Amino acid sequence: MTRTTLARTKTWLGIAAMAATMVGFGTVGQAAEPIKIGEINSYTALADFTQPYKKGWQMAVEEINAAGGVIGRPLEVIARDDGGKPGNAVKIAEELTTKENVDLLAGTFFSHIGVAVTNYSKQRKKLFIATEPMSDDITWKQGHRYTFRLRPSTYLQSAMLAEEAAKLPAKRWAIVAPNYKFGQDAVAAFKKVMKAKRPDVEFVEEQWPALFKIDPGATVQALLRAKPDGIYSALFSRDLTAFVREAELRGLLKPDLTVVGLLTGEPEYLDPMGEEAPKNWIVTGYPWYAIEDPKHKKFIEDYQAKYNETPRMGSLVGYVFIQAIAAMIEKAGSTDQDAMISAMEGLTFDSVVGPITFRGLDHQSTMGTWVGRTAVKDGKPIMVDWHYAKGEDYFPTDEEIKALRGSN
Amino acid sequence: MSFYFAQFLTGLASASSLFLVASGMSIIFGVTRIVNFAHGSFYMLGAFIAYSFVTEFPQGPMGFWGGILLTAFVVGLIGVVMEILVLRRIYQSPELFQLVATFGVVLLIKDVALWVWGPEDRLGPRAPGFDGAIDIFGSLVPEYDLVMIVLGFVVLGGLWLLFNRTRWGALVRAATEDREMLGALGVNQALLFTSVVFLGSVLAGLGGALQIPRASVSHNMDMAIIATVFVVVVVGGMGSIVGAFLASVIISELSAFGILIFPRITLVLMFLVMVIVLVLRPWGILGKPENQTVGETVEDETLSIIPGARMRLAMLGVFLLLLVTPYLVQEFYLVLLTEVFVFALFATSLHFIMGNGGMVSFGHAAYFGLGAYGGAVLLLYGGTGMGLALLLAPLLACAGAALFGWFCVRLSGVYMAMLSLAFAQIVWSVVFQMTELTGGENGLVGIWPSEWASDRSAFYYLTLVICTAGVVTLWRMLYSPFGYTLRAGRDSPLRIESIGIDYRAHKWLAFIISGAFAGVAGAIYGFSKGIVTPTTVDIPRSIDVLMMVLIGGVQTLVGPLAGAFAFVVLEDRLLALEFWRAIFGLIIIGICLGMPKGIVGSLRVLFQRGRAAGTPP
Repeated sequence: MTRTTLARTKTWLGIAAMAATMVGFGTVGQAAEPIKIGEINSYTALADFTQPYKKGWQMAVEEINAAGGVIGRPLEVIARDDGGKPGNAVKIAEELTTKENVDLLAGTFFSHIGVAVTNYSKQRKKLFIATEPMSDDITWKQGHRYTFRLRPSTYLQSAMLAEEAAKLPAKRWAIVAPNYKFGQDAVAAFKKVMKAKRPDVEFVEEQWPALFKIDPGATVQALLRAKPDGIYSALFSRDLTAFVREAELRGLLKPDLTVVGLLTGEPEYLDPMGEEAPKNWIVTGYPWYAIEDPKHKKFIEDYQAKYNETPRMGSLVGYVFIQAIAAMIEKAGSTDQDAMISAMEGLTFDSVVGPITFRGLDHQSTMGTWVGRTAVKDGKPIMVDWHYAKGEDYFPTDEEIKALRGSN
Repeated sequence: MSFYFAQFLTGLASASSLFLVASGMSIIFGVTRIVNFAHGSFYMLGAFIAYSFVTEFPQGPMGFWGGILLTAFVVGLIGVVMEILVLRRIYQSPELFQLVATFGVVLLIKDVALWVWGPEDRLGPRAPGFDGAIDIFGSLVPEYDLVMIVLGFVVLGGLWLLFNRTRWGALVRAATEDREMLGALGVNQALLFTSVVFLGSVLAGLGGALQIPRASVSHNMDMAIIATVFVVVVVGGMGSIVGAFLASVIISELSAFGILIFPRITLVLMFLVMVIVLVLRPWGILGKPENQTVGETVEDETLSIIPGARMRLAMLGVFLLLLVTPYLVQEFYLVLLTEVFVFALFATSLHFIMGNGGMVSFGHAAYFGLGAYGGAVLLLYGGTGMGLALLLAPLLACAGAALFGWFCVRLSGVYMAMLSLAFAQIVWSVVFQMTELTGGENGLVGIWPSEWASDRSAFYYLTLVICTAGVVTLWRMLYSPFGYTLRAGRDSPLRIESIGIDYRAHKWLAFIISGAFAGVAGAIYGFSKGIVTPTTVDIPRSIDVLMMVLIGGVQTLVGPLAGAFAFVVLEDRLLALEFWRAIFGLIIIGICLGMPKGIVGSLRVLFQRGRAAGTPP
């Protein structure tokens, strides 16, 4: 083969490959009138949380369909990866709405993507159930008729921790939080509840490392210098492990220091730390290993039997999300948008974690989370002295929420 | 006092780990002139592989340090594979084409890592023997920090000896100075390049492996470090080892002490340093002026040919087809095409300075984002409505381009590209961290079109008209005396200065025009999504548009349009697949290898050859 023909062959091969990719992926054939849920999530950009979540909802869908579906129709989830870009999420929402004709939209993990789809659902008047994003804006500042949210928000979880923290003697508090919307919201909520309960508390130091770019040694030194009695941390993932290691080494984590860690107890973030996990931090999380409630225990056992791995927070959220949708459609009796929204407002259903209500006021669910202390047992990090904090006990006043939601 | 000394040591330890990674990148760039995006991925691979080795091997110092060294070697080999299979085949392609190929490698490695190690973070053991802390003047300093500091100096010394006291080092330095001359003298360049990439990758792998005792290994390590590494390499002077060391120390110490005074703006601080250094010393602290500027040798002159009657007719045909498309296809494809139009205009605006002016911008998303935020702010706070917002939004992009461009056009080649990246990162940091004004990560919402344009096909027409007008205007300028002047300057800056043309002013003006049109694209993009978030300004966005231009064909007129179409449609189709990043990465690499002139450029060659073969002798 001459050089020229080789080059030409290569070019044609390239074109052929591209053309094949562009036309090759059609849509799946239609089953008999399923209820279609368009699910958008960051399956690749944040796999550690979203993959267990996917397993959770897959399990629930299989169980419900095996039992005959909802109002006689099977559930079908069309899940799509947004690649971590809000622009993609909106485009996918368009595709799911106009091409796949889904009955409702659901999902998202990152706050900004959740807000993007919330915003889309308002414009196109399409029901959207935000499952995982925690940003307060989704149900408050940007909240509107068409969006509901399942997971407890940043505010709720921060308020749960502030309540515990306020019971302790610590007076001089320091803050360490990733410098973006989530961290800023978490700190604002913690400070607000803390000041209300304990006017004598002062905040002496704030460290705002860039997300996933913490300079752990320097951050810990800066906190040491302030000599706080308590630290509130909204760090997670790699930032958290780096911080904990440095804090141990540099003597920041003395026994008399109170540390409160948002999300630190969730298995996604706690498990990777193994026996080095911080001890005696007050955290929100998911102590699945110690749960005794029979219904919840069955979910945990089934999950482990099915996937041969332990459940994470995401698994639970994914499972409850499908339970919520099934309950809503059961109550609505159809997949008409208005009927589903009316059914969802004030919907109370019996989930694996107990009864949950989607509040009519702000469309936030009352799903709570577990608050306890971290410990290490047999080389594994766990939560001890925990209790399930119900979401409904931590909301600000209705007036405050109404003011935030305005005329949305 | 003891506190400041401990903080200084902390900074030095961070500097060492940064230096390991950055020196590898600097060495690779110095010789091969490749901006290796995959360097951050090698760093991440180093951490993952080291985690596996260290946890599998017997516990203890031998297992630990042996595992680290073996990791560095393995990552070096992976680098060699990339060099032989991909890079070696495209050294002759337009500069930056290699950058696109390495970005394909980034995507591929991301999925391979996810597949091999699973989604969860992994926390490796601490370093045996160095797992405590030492009291230094009353402050506890981790022993491992001291190990890192020593290692940093050892590697610096080792590299210095290697480059200054061995024959291989002399060859590498010669290649950095003038690689063509070295080839003419009979040195086996292929082998030299491979060995250099090996060394660079070893350093990246080592840097990643040494992170094990400090923090968990996670899937976002690659993108988290690459921007910082760019800054270090550029501030130090590309290709300079000692420069990379100095820059690592400056950046790390600044961060260590900066967080005490400005805990909220650590991101901005780093890029500000880069701007200051590049303005004062355009080639970095210890860098030398480039002897090969980007675009000095343009063999492909297709951009100079004014489209003929047939070409114009074809373009008109496509436009008419697009006009009737809403009657032919499902609504969703209108949404997809709307996005294609927006990116076609965005890519054409970058092409305007890149293909035509030889100026590479790694941070073109800055102007796209400024346009988007401009439109959003006018709509939300100014209450102007969509029409006026679209009209005025580009002014903000224009102002940004005028300010940043004034500095950028003073440099050339990869230094200009990096300075533009720094400016884009400053814009990004500001919108990301200034929540009160910009909504922070969540962005500004409710940016929907006015009632008359809210229908999908109405918005489709609006976008089609604006983007076509934008693209045609940019093309008209390409064939105006202004456009010819730019191309002349691209091909020979010296000659154009000598005939009395103020080349820098021309470049600056071109930069501003380009920024303004990118701003138009950004403003429409905001309205098409209803939301403007910092992702409109981030590095991936800048890379996306760069890929559209390069994949389409940088030296062709319609290349950016074809690139935008291919990119948007491919990304949309692939996202439905599980391992879409690996597939996307492979396709990108495939295009780089199979179509070295980009889609349109290669089709053109194919066409001309076909025609030549068809003519009778």
